[in-house]
Amino acid sequence: MTDDTIVADAPPPGPPGRAPSTAGDKLRFVLRGIGQTLITLGLVVLLFVVYEVWITNIFSERANQQANTKLERTWATSDNPALQLPGSTSSTIPLGTGIANIYIPRLGADYHWTVLEGAGQDVLADGPGHYPNTAMPGQVGNFAVAGHRVGHGAPFLNLDLLRAGDSIIIETRTYWYVYRVKGLDHGLSVADDADHVPGREIVDPSAGRVLLPVPNQPGVTPTERLLTLTTCHPKFTAAQRMIIHALYQSRVPVLSVGGKRSATKPASIQALYAGVQA
Amino acid sequence: MYVWIWRHLPGPLAVKLLQVLVLVVAVSLLLLFVVFPVIEPHLPINQVTVPNR
Repeated sequence: MTDDTIVADAPPPGPPGRAPSTAGDKLRFVLRGIGQTLITLGLVVLLFVVYEVWITNIFSERANQQANTKLERTWATSDNPALQLPGSTSSTIPLGTGIANIYIPRLGADYHWTVLEGAGQDVLADGPGHYPNTAMPGQVGNFAVAGHRVGHGAPFLNLDLLRAGDSIIIETRTYWYVYRVKGLDHGLSVADDADHVPGREIVDPSAGRVLLPVPNQPGVTPTERLLTLTTCHPKFTAAQRMIIHALYQSRVPVLSVGGKRSATKPASIQALYAGVQA
Repeated sequence: MYVWIWRHLPGPLAVKLLQVLVLVVAVSLLLLFVVFPVIEPHLPINQVTVPNR
């Protein structure tokens, strides 16, 4: 700004024959300064949108890939008791550690993310995050996972495309767990709605009740194994949250080849991809 | 500000344009890969969680 003042004090030679007006020049200088500042701010905001929607994806996908590699290695080589699922509690797992892989056939054959422990901003920047102290995959209770809808890889961008009965697959060290999205409204469609937990709900950002062992029902002892996904809603805003609830259906032991854990999907898991189109 | 920068860039028009391009790219990269990653976690946007007890 001081530099601009110098310009104003010593104006460049204007168009010939134009008498310099001090007051007019100052006014013009101030207006031009305001205009340039506003335009600059606008460009910076646009650039931030570019960052948020595209650039963050680069970082997040790389970080999640690394988490996946690390998780597969843990599964293959060590017997980390924290990852002996089911039966462990998440409180013993360091934040940011990969705990499971999530697959959703409706969102594409290549849809695949490693779920990390923790639901803080720093963890979610690297992929979907498991809310600490909610159930682990396959356990009775509510295995709850948060994920970004825009930017940071946008793992939960298309959760709104899920339909009642769609499968959500969670790969752990020992089992492939299959959950099915519940009926999309109370009492609608799929036959497992006795617990009054809907397949999809749009809630206020403060609605922590959706993470309860029996969602929305404080103090009720869980008997079912549920999966809950949370993301923002509508897209590009933080006004509300979209919640997906799914009910455990079955589990399939992981394949082993020559005594080693195989990452290949068992046939019955592969079959879940047949005939599913987004 | 922009006028001042433009006037202080040395060289003929083509060289000036090249320098402007370099400056714009440098500022953009600084924002995209240094400034935005630092400030983004503090902005009340892109919140995807609900309170966990």
